[in-house]
Amino acid sequence: MEKTELNVLIGGEAGQGLVTIGKLLAKSLVRSGYHIVVSQSYQSRIRGGHNTYTIRASVEEIAAPREGVDLLVALNAETVALHERELSAGGLNIVDKAFQTTSNNCLQVPYEELGEKNFSNVVALGAVSLLLGLELEVVGKALDDAFGKKAPELAEKNMQILQDSYKWCGQQEANFSTLAPPSDIRKRLLMNGNEAIAMGALSAGVKFCSFYPMTPATSIALNLATQASKMGLVVEQAEDEIAAINMAIGASFAGASSIVPTSGGGFALMTEGVSLAGMSETPLVIVVAQRPGPATGLPTRTEQADLEFVLHAGHGEFPRAIFSPGTVEECFWLTRKAFEVAAKSQGPVFILTDQFLADSARAIEPFVLKGLQTVEDGIVRDSSDLPYFRYNIYESGISPRRLPGMSKYLVVAGSDEHPIDGHLTEDLNVRKFMVEKRLRKEEEIIAEVVPPEIQGDENPDLLLVTWGSTKGAILEAATKLNNNSTRVGSLHFSQVWPLVPHQFLGALESAGEVVCVEGNAFGQLARLIRRETGFAVHRQVLRYDGLPITPEYIIRALGSS
Amino acid sequence: MVSIEDYGEFETAWCPGCGNHSILQALKRGLVDSGLGPDQILLVSGIGQAAKTVHYLNANAFNGLHGRALPAASGAKLANPNLKVIVESGDGCNYGEGGNHFLAAIRRNIDLTMIVHNNQVYGLTKGQASPTTQEGFVTKAQPEGVASVPFNPIAVAVAMQASFVARGFSGMVDHLAGLIKHALSHQGFSLIDVLQPCVSFNKVNTFGWYKERCYTLPEEYDPTDWQAAMQTAMEWGDRIPLGIIYRNQRPVFESRLAVLEQGALVGRETDLKKLEKIMDKFS
Repeated sequence: MEKTELNVLIGGEAGQGLVTIGKLLAKSLVRSGYHIVVSQSYQSRIRGGHNTYTIRASVEEIAAPREGVDLLVALNAETVALHERELSAGGLNIVDKAFQTTSNNCLQVPYEELGEKNFSNVVALGAVSLLLGLELEVVGKALDDAFGKKAPELAEKNMQILQDSYKWCGQQEANFSTLAPPSDIRKRLLMNGNEAIAMGALSAGVKFCSFYPMTPATSIALNLATQASKMGLVVEQAEDEIAAINMAIGASFAGASSIVPTSGGGFALMTEGVSLAGMSETPLVIVVAQRPGPATGLPTRTEQADLEFVLHAGHGEFPRAIFSPGTVEECFWLTRKAFEVAAKSQGPVFILTDQFLADSARAIEPFVLKGLQTVEDGIVRDSSDLPYFRYNIYESGISPRRLPGMSKYLVVAGSDEHPIDGHLTEDLNVRKFMVEKRLRKEEEIIAEVVPPEIQGDENPDLLLVTWGSTKGAILEAATKLNNNSTRVGSLHFSQVWPLVPHQFLGALESAGEVVCVEGNAFGQLARLIRRETGFAVHRQVLRYDGLPITPEYIIRALGSS
Repeated sequence: MVSIEDYGEFETAWCPGCGNHSILQALKRGLVDSGLGPDQILLVSGIGQAAKTVHYLNANAFNGLHGRALPAASGAKLANPNLKVIVESGDGCNYGEGGNHFLAAIRRNIDLTMIVHNNQVYGLTKGQASPTTQEGFVTKAQPEGVASVPFNPIAVAVAMQASFVARGFSGMVDHLAGLIKHALSHQGFSLIDVLQPCVSFNKVNTFGWYKERCYTLPEEYDPTDWQAAMQTAMEWGDRIPLGIIYRNQRPVFESRLAVLEQGALVGRETDLKKLEKIMDKFS
């Protein structure tokens, strides 16, 4: 019988080309009409170690990774030893004929006979493509798109090996049921969270990005750098994270809408700059792609433990907004929104993602750009005879921005407390006035808050609550747990600050049991909800071993306590 | 025509007799002599007594964080290359807290002018050692005398082949105004290290101490000779050379970015058709 959904795990050591074939397979699946969720697990090293590229493929829409392996593609013997026990009933192990295996359902492929040394990955790609029921032309096209222009000779060789392997595999009698045909074939994009953030920023009209490389945030800057000359922006690798955020603030002050991608440790260095953006009222979008801490932690794994850090980062009091996209699509749209809110509120706005979402490629509907506007920069360009003061007082707390050097008006901004003209002051009445002015801007942020997404029954017996990338996992767990006797709902926060209680408190109060599911050990969203509303969630499902939360993890945790 | 009056006169928080007063005068004159008006320039500073300079004249200004004037200035310049960007801060801010940015700015060679008020001591925090404080100098924080060797900004900048390196003295305002004018017309990163007395906290390197030692480099001195410049950069003690110590014609950072050929980044329409094509590559 054909499967409507299955999990493929490709394992090997860094340098064996497992990500290369993982991407080609992902692209082929998406082009063939399947939905996918990729999760990548890799070690912090260039060569060796043990890495995996897991593709969950489905006929129906999916939004979470899952446990268990239906097709294990082992590029080295270690992969067999580590993952064989994860094979599901009817799962198949693709191995080199030289590897030891205890699995009774095995396809032993002569890697070196079909391809020479160093081409095992392409041999494996041919085998897995056939087993999944993908057409050779589709996989060949993906291969050609990736390498045909860059290295034509190498591409030709790869193509031959792919064809030989596909053909050889077709002559074997593998005990494996392929994927059912897709429900529809239409154009979808293969995109991960970081790519979607970069595209969202471009659509919003980003003009400046400064960064210091740090996993898992780096590829946001790399994606922007690739398009910089085409799309008219400057991307600069700074000497450190402190320079990165201060450069972006300088650029934004001079009119370029700016983004700074980083991760926990790098963000820690930026916190004084966050405070400067708050004080100088400079729009700035900061992406914090979380990984497990403290300190260097697990550099290449995932966690959701920086919510409290980002919420409190920067000394002193000033408004901020924190978005926490749950899907690749939300990465795109909420990045646009982050630029809007930053421009409107003239201050720091955060996008909080994590390694799992950053690297998780999905099949997504193409974003409709037609009719989209560049985000309003809120800059005043008219001419008037009135004098201009950068921090002029209005009821909203928002003072119209002008740009230095773009008109006769002088613009003065700074980190010291200042009266309306931006120069420093120690007048304590002015101080009080300016604190209140800055804090009034929070009303503008609150007016723009994205409400949490509530799904399922209005009075569920069980309500699963989460934020950020764990969205897919609670949605699927809720669907699986929902039955006639237990109604299960879900609540996902794609913006974790500011919280607007009337948007979600009713849902919490009308549920029988509220369970907060988070990728950290403190239960940081649960603490925040309690602080802001007084509502204490009843139970928590937490994960902090560096891996993403799966639906099975949630179901198991709920069943065991 | 720009006049010195355009830059205004303001009450300052500086001590009477502080070298900052003269540096501010020299800055205004250098700007006027360059034909630059307050709306054409952006002054960027960090924190410290010197960093307050930007508040004491009419101009666009961004008074950022301690040590971080250079990154903020670099970002502003890249966002709008038409701005004349000047960094104005002290030795502690630029060479201590901001040391890494100083090295990076020299390497990048963005067209910025950096004027460092170097009084060899921390003024605003009341008298601790700065990176340029001389060995043995006693302070409340270093009661047994400073043990570290002073940082030589000129030697570091010349060694790294910074594109314009000069030294001035607050006691020679005409000379300093001339250096500032030269630096402003130079394409690329220009450093002017300005020696100044701190009347409150530096009783060793006083006005008289500098006056006695400072001399201007002779006419025949060739600032394009790097080896001679290295030697001049190491000269300190009984005689301290003033003037343009080194310069070269390295390409400026901005010239390598095609995007900046059209000037300021702000206000450019986002080409969604191009973005659509970029996104299509993900299919």
